[in-house]
Amino acid sequence: MINEQLIWAIFFIPLASFCVLALLVRPFFNSYSYISGPIAIVSIGISFILSLLTFFEVATNSNHNLVSEPNSWLEIGNFHFTVGILMDPLTAVMLVVVTGVSLMVQIYSMGYMKPPNHGSENAEHHGPEELGNPVYARYFAYMSLFTASMLGLVMAANVVQLFVFWELVGLCSYLLIGFWFHRPAAAAAAKKAFIVTRVGDFGFLIALMYLFFKTFTESVNYLEISVINANLPGLVDAGVITAGALTLIALGMFVGAIGKSGQFPLHTWLPDAMEGPTPVSALIHAATMVTAGVFLVARFFPIFEASPDAMMVVTIIGGVTAIFAATMGLVSNDIKRVLAYSTVSQLGYMMLALGVGAYGPAIFHLFTHAFFKALLFLGSGSVNHATGTFDMRYMGGLRSKMPITYITFLIGSLSLAGIFPLAGFWSKDEILLNAFKHGDLLSVSMMGFVLALIAVFMTAFYMFRALFMTFEGDFRGGSDKDPEAQAHGPVHLAESPFPMVLPMIILAIPAVIIGFLVNPIKDFGSIPAHWFTHKLEHSLHLPPPPAFDPLLAIISSLIALLGILLAWAMYKRNPYLSPATMGRVTDPIYTLFLNKYYVDEVYEKFITGRIYYRGIAQTSDWIDRNIVDRTVNIVGWIGINFGSLIRELQTGQTQMYATVTSVGIVIIAAVYIFGM
Amino acid sequence: MTLERFLILGAILFGIGLYGVLSKKHAIAVLMSLEIMFNGVNVTAVALSRYTVPYTVPDTFEAASRFLLTGHVFTVFIITVAAAEVALGLAIIIAIYRTRQSVLITDAKELSR
Repeated sequence: MINEQLIWAIFFIPLASFCVLALLVRPFFNSYSYISGPIAIVSIGISFILSLLTFFEVATNSNHNLVSEPNSWLEIGNFHFTVGILMDPLTAVMLVVVTGVSLMVQIYSMGYMKPPNHGSENAEHHGPEELGNPVYARYFAYMSLFTASMLGLVMAANVVQLFVFWELVGLCSYLLIGFWFHRPAAAAAAKKAFIVTRVGDFGFLIALMYLFFKTFTESVNYLEISVINANLPGLVDAGVITAGALTLIALGMFVGAIGKSGQFPLHTWLPDAMEGPTPVSALIHAATMVTAGVFLVARFFPIFEASPDAMMVVTIIGGVTAIFAATMGLVSNDIKRVLAYSTVSQLGYMMLALGVGAYGPAIFHLFTHAFFKALLFLGSGSVNHATGTFDMRYMGGLRSKMPITYITFLIGSLSLAGIFPLAGFWSKDEILLNAFKHGDLLSVSMMGFVLALIAVFMTAFYMFRALFMTFEGDFRGGSDKDPEAQAHGPVHLAESPFPMVLPMIILAIPAVIIGFLVNPIKDFGSIPAHWFTHKLEHSLHLPPPPAFDPLLAIISSLIALLGILLAWAMYKRNPYLSPATMGRVTDPIYTLFLNKYYVDEVYEKFITGRIYYRGIAQTSDWIDRNIVDRTVNIVGWIGINFGSLIRELQTGQTQMYATVTSVGIVIIAAVYIFGM
Repeated sequence: MTLERFLILGAILFGIGLYGVLSKKHAIAVLMSLEIMFNGVNVTAVALSRYTVPYTVPDTFEAASRFLLTGHVFTVFIITVAAAEVALGLAIIIAIYRTRQSVLITDAKELSR
């Protein structure tokens, strides 16, 4: 039913859409730019259908020979660059996530990014920005390019191919964060995202080069991902490379994942990336691109698994990030930033799961998270559409005005908080269970489990804090009151238009039911329990996953409910336990959270200001001035001073030259005549 | 009259001319000295031509073909070309005079450092 050509088509159709929009519609047919939305949606829709077919094919078929050997692209000596598709359950899941969320987000964008020639019926009310024609085509061109790049990334069979698409999604992220580039904050955020992720990409690149130089003498091509995964751990046993080298490669890749997935030291770009249009945040900075880091670790999981040190680092970074980001989410007043911190925190969860060896649950959580987090972002966009601001302090009372947004947002929040029986519950429970069962007391895995359990409480709290602040109580003025909201649209309290509401409703369905896809508890007919995670782990030799533990599920649910209860007490029953009182009571910590642990300040003042500027830049400057320039100057000085001696002969007196010439001829003649 | 005398005359003319070229400041004087050098060369050329072939008035075509006049022909050419060169040199001197109000070649020293 599905073959290699059709799998290639999944990637090429969005790419074709990008080419049509960027090379034809945008420059030549601007007056028809309203067709760019439908073009993008139809192309992604076809990709989505093909992805679903691929997914079913991979899920039902035990042999995964859907694709042939990679094609050779370039051969230089021992360097074989091949291009091909790596089709395994991980790829199939990612294809569905990327195309599915992308399709929903693009439909939503039709309403959010107001199409041109459309504003007459509600001229007083537009999206966050009044958008002209070129912007509309540009937006959908970028979105198509992003989707194509992300599909290329998940399908890549070769590390070079993977890296190219890895950088391309970073580029698309930059372009889309800075989509409203005339706004200084957006331009700065785009630059920040690009530079901070580049720090991580550098680690990834070093890992790839190190891998290449360690293995290019081998007979098989170590640039192919399947070869790396199958053979690299064996090379350690064979003594070709050391265990330290393997750890180094794994950690380099993980540095790349840290940058892309906004893990702890490099998380600062992701909250700022919320300057981009909200559908972009939903697609790129919640559901797909930021999960590329998790995908990368999962893709090279056998390497990580062979190196206990690397696994420990992954666990620690994941656990720390999960709780670290959640604490910042507790106090943020910007609804999109709350969701952004939540995304960082959930990505930490996935890393934690990978670190404790729970490969299947990590990808399962990635899968469910993509749907409900995209849903939540679309909900925040819908709220912004009505109030014109993202600041929750100026929202409130939207429940009766925007019932569909409210219900879908509620579903997303419940799912994210991990309330039974929504999707988030099952995936989160799997991770907690694995972290708990994999470790002994006082092990890294157990530490991760404790951190994750605390994060469960925080997640429930901040999501319901956002929900109560946005939808309950009285309306607090929207953009009319918000002093910083001048860039957004006016207040217009009503449900968003149909193209925006529809994707939210559609996404709410998987947010509720998709957890059952894994068949979490016990065998159901012919479908074995945990078939989804089993399928993902089919080629890995992992210990069997622990069985469903009702006690743990009840404990984590109770903790989540406790978080919701606290949020309810503070933000719904305001007088009893007001947020202001809580802020005062917990003051030093509260201020620390509110200022994001001063990480940005540390980067700005210490890393950039001291280490980079004072240390590296000024030292380089001194070396450049005093050593490099001096050397050049000395060479020049020698030339000038030797030249000045000879220069004296150049008097400009023709007769002097003629005299010298004549005397010379006489001497030559004399030598010729008398000397012979 | 022997060949040596003519050659000595040519050498003297050439030496006088060379001295003038190298020592005179005035551009016209330098040009005149150049002419003297030309004439030294001309004398030498004609003398060599005269003394290296037998002096007989040719009466037959065959004898005339052996009567080489190469030096004489060269001399005529040199006189013609020198005349043209003098015209050119004078033009240059006039151009120099117009730009710097001087025909002293010691003043034309833009090629100095």
